[in-house]
Amino acid sequence: MAHAAAHSGEHAHDHDHEHDHESLKTFGFWIFLITDVILFGSLFATYIVLHQNTNGGPTPEELFKMPGIIAETFILLTSSFTSGLAVLGMNKGNLKQLIGWLAVTVVLGASFVGLELSEFITMVNHEGATISTSAFLSAFFTLVGTHGLHVSVGLIWMIGLIFQLRRRGITAVTKRKVAVISLYWHFLDVVWIFVFTIVYLMGVM
Amino acid sequence: MLDKIKQFASEFFVTGDPLILGAQVSIGLSMVAMIFVLTYFRKWGWLWKEWLTSVDHKRIGIMYIICSIMMLFRGGVDALLMRLQLAMPNSEFLQADHYNQIFTTHGVIMILFMAMPLMFGLFNIVVPLQIGARDVAYPFLNSLSFWMFFWGAMLFNVSFVIGGSPDAGWLSYPPLSELSHSPGVGQNFYIWGIQISGIGSLATGINFIVTILKMRAPGMKLMKMPMFTWSVFSSCIMIIFAFPILTVTLALLFLDRFLGAHFFTLDGGGNPMMYINLIWMWGHPEVYIVVVPAFGIFSEIVSTFSKKKLFGYKSMVFAMLIISLLSFFTWAHHFFTMGSGANVNAFFAISTMLIAIPTGAKVFNWLFTMYRGKIRFTTPMMWTVAFIPCFVIGGMTGVLLSVAPADFQFHNSYFLIAHFHQVLIGGVAFGYFAGLYYWWPKMFGFKLNEHLGKWAFWLWNIGFYVCFMPQYFLGLDGMTRRTYTYDFDMGWGPLNLVSTVGGFLMGVGFIFQVWQIAHSIKFREADVNGDPWEGRTLEWSIPSPAPIYNFAVLPQVSEADAWWEEKEKRAASGKSAAPIVYEPIHMPKNSAIPFIISTFWFFAGFGFVWGWMWLTIPALIGVGICMIARSFSYDTDYYIPADEVKRTEAALKGAKL
Ligand code: HEM
Ligand SMILES: [Cu+2]
Repeated sequence: MAHAAAHSGEHAHDHDHEHDHESLKTFGFWIFLITDVILFGSLFATYIVLHQNTNGGPTPEELFKMPGIIAETFILLTSSFTSGLAVLGMNKGNLKQLIGWLAVTVVLGASFVGLELSEFITMVNHEGATISTSAFLSAFFTLVGTHGLHVSVGLIWMIGLIFQLRRRGITAVTKRKVAVISLYWHFLDVVWIFVFTIVYLMGVM
Repeated sequence: MLDKIKQFASEFFVTGDPLILGAQVSIGLSMVAMIFVLTYFRKWGWLWKEWLTSVDHKRIGIMYIICSIMMLFRGGVDALLMRLQLAMPNSEFLQADHYNQIFTTHGVIMILFMAMPLMFGLFNIVVPLQIGARDVAYPFLNSLSFWMFFWGAMLFNVSFVIGGSPDAGWLSYPPLSELSHSPGVGQNFYIWGIQISGIGSLATGINFIVTILKMRAPGMKLMKMPMFTWSVFSSCIMIIFAFPILTVTLALLFLDRFLGAHFFTLDGGGNPMMYINLIWMWGHPEVYIVVVPAFGIFSEIVSTFSKKKLFGYKSMVFAMLIISLLSFFTWAHHFFTMGSGANVNAFFAISTMLIAIPTGAKVFNWLFTMYRGKIRFTTPMMWTVAFIPCFVIGGMTGVLLSVAPADFQFHNSYFLIAHFHQVLIGGVAFGYFAGLYYWWPKMFGFKLNEHLGKWAFWLWNIGFYVCFMPQYFLGLDGMTRRTYTYDFDMGWGPLNLVSTVGGFLMGVGFIFQVWQIAHSIKFREADVNGDPWEGRTLEWSIPSPAPIYNFAVLPQVSEADAWWEEKEKRAASGKSAAPIVYEPIHMPKNSAIPFIISTFWFFAGFGFVWGWMWLTIPALIGVGICMIARSFSYDTDYYIPADEVKRTEAALKGAKL
């Protein structure tokens, strides 16, 4: 509206109010996570329905190389732990610790994505297993790929956040942002545990 | 070179059909006219500052409503074209493939681009005012939702003149919607138009859940919330559970078409039934998502115009929550005939019939509210009263359809068409019209002309029965849905002709509504005190239209009909409102980012439609950059100083006298 611009920043933000706003955003993020649960739920359901339709192409047993997958799992779980350490650092008011652990988390997350990508590339190049080979592989690449995409988005977000933290330090707003991303990160960890069990473990058993 | 361009242009633009040519010309002309008017009156800046970048929920609501009325026009023209084609046996007005495109776009537009935005428009206008809040929980996200809807709808609509419309039905079942059967771009438009606007809907669901849970005025316990707010809450719960399923379903279909995946194909191990299950897991709740808010509207109107408290408040809340739960357990009634077996069919038949119980309870509550009330037959009330028999008949034919063995007979016949239009028009459209009439003065500060409104009302209602009652019989006579023509000896001619006449009566009704709006703008009947209907809930306690901050002072609530209580108290004590101490008000700043992000999404979608990665990839990078820019901006709100609030309020009060 007309007066929108005129009075910006005239008033110092009162802190109670600020705090309310931040907790409101965290709450909304929880609800967003519910919708993401449904999204992954639909993908899992599709995978479960289609996982035996290999159409003469490679089967899960032939495709999955467990050592690599276990390494990925280990790395992602560790990154969840380090993101927790970042939050601990934040709660102590230690900016250095916070940024340091976030950076470690980013490195771990990136190596997870890297390993996953190289796994996909091997499948495509060496086994001729592509998304259009069979319904099983369509479902596999989509489910695991969606998780990987989520992790990648999280990485970009975390890097952005590190810059904001360096510029602004620990404030009500950045605190909420860190809390939200660590929530997101733990969530992706939990989803991965399902991927690991339902796709990989049950695939090779 | 020139030949290549010609070749490309003839694939890109849809040509040849006089209807489409007409549409192209009129789209072109209206664009030129719009640009001319905006430039001539120097309104570009105003449009940008006051509307396109606005995060004010009331303005966003108005923009939703304008778009939705335009879409009602487009969907209505589609409907009338179909009815014209079917009016006579062996008609050659439309070709078969054209007919397929029209029923597909009609269905999609009516449900996703007419009903949904009209609903979101009313959510936006009413909910914050009803719960005594200054805005929704996330104003920026709210604007983003609107623009995602807008650009999604535009993407879907351009398919008519660019590339060709989808033609596989409003739910796009495979294999019809697969590349093997629909090689053109029509299905891609379907996928991306709905996907982009669907993300907006999901965000609206989240936004309003948080708004309702966290932003209520002090003292407004959950069980003291106005009924419309409750209905919005139930609808949003369904949205957050149903829309992610739609997102996934459309994404999978797109992967099939784009990367040759085999989710739903007939070869490669795909399973088309999987699609049908997924799409109805969204599709069935979707119809409740749009109808439950209409129940909320009726509850408000019945109690206001009967001058009584709503009968059975608690049972009403309970019924709505039960409906939103049950709606997720009925999806298979859409394909009883597809061989899932007797036990599965029995389960879904029973769960479907169960929904009739809470719905019936609501109907009785409305009737008991009217019983012995001082009823005033204003236009909102008339639509409400007309809705009741219409919905009861529609509900009963629905129960008939839910009887699995009977459904083997009615499935995909005109009986079904009559049933769902009865609930969609009689329930959803009538409900939202009632809401629009009811809250119109709150939105714009003037009432709509009641006389013209009554004409529109009667035309719509009579037209409705004339149009759809014959279709029940056509269905029983064996006429199947999506038939584009039929022979003389079927004997369906006369009933179809009657039905078409009814369709046109509704069309005339629509014209009356447009006339009514134009007339009321010209001869403003100003709403002077903000409470033209003697309302009961908080939105009527503030001036019309509401100032940007809604409530100068947040109200303190103790009853469900908070404003009514307040008025009673004032009347009893003979005192007017307590003196007011103004404080600065915290408000969000406008932002251009939602508009820009959504425009990028439009281009990304358009690139996907044509397989133009040179367009999609930069557009998606644009989306990413906008999001980062938003994340890095900390200067997103401001305060309105107390004395400015005081001045605004004084001016509003002055205008009232
Ligand atoms: C205003 C008067 C309306 C008329 C005269 C009308 C007429 C029609 C006709 C003739 C069909 C095609 C039947 C067939 O051949 O299968 C149809 C289909 C449909 N209509 Fe309407 N309609 C109207 C309003 C609405 C509204 C308000 C909605 C939703 C809110 C709606 C939703 C649908 C849907 C979902 C389909 C099915 C499309 C498909 O088969 O894929 N209609 N309508
Ligand atoms: Cu259904």
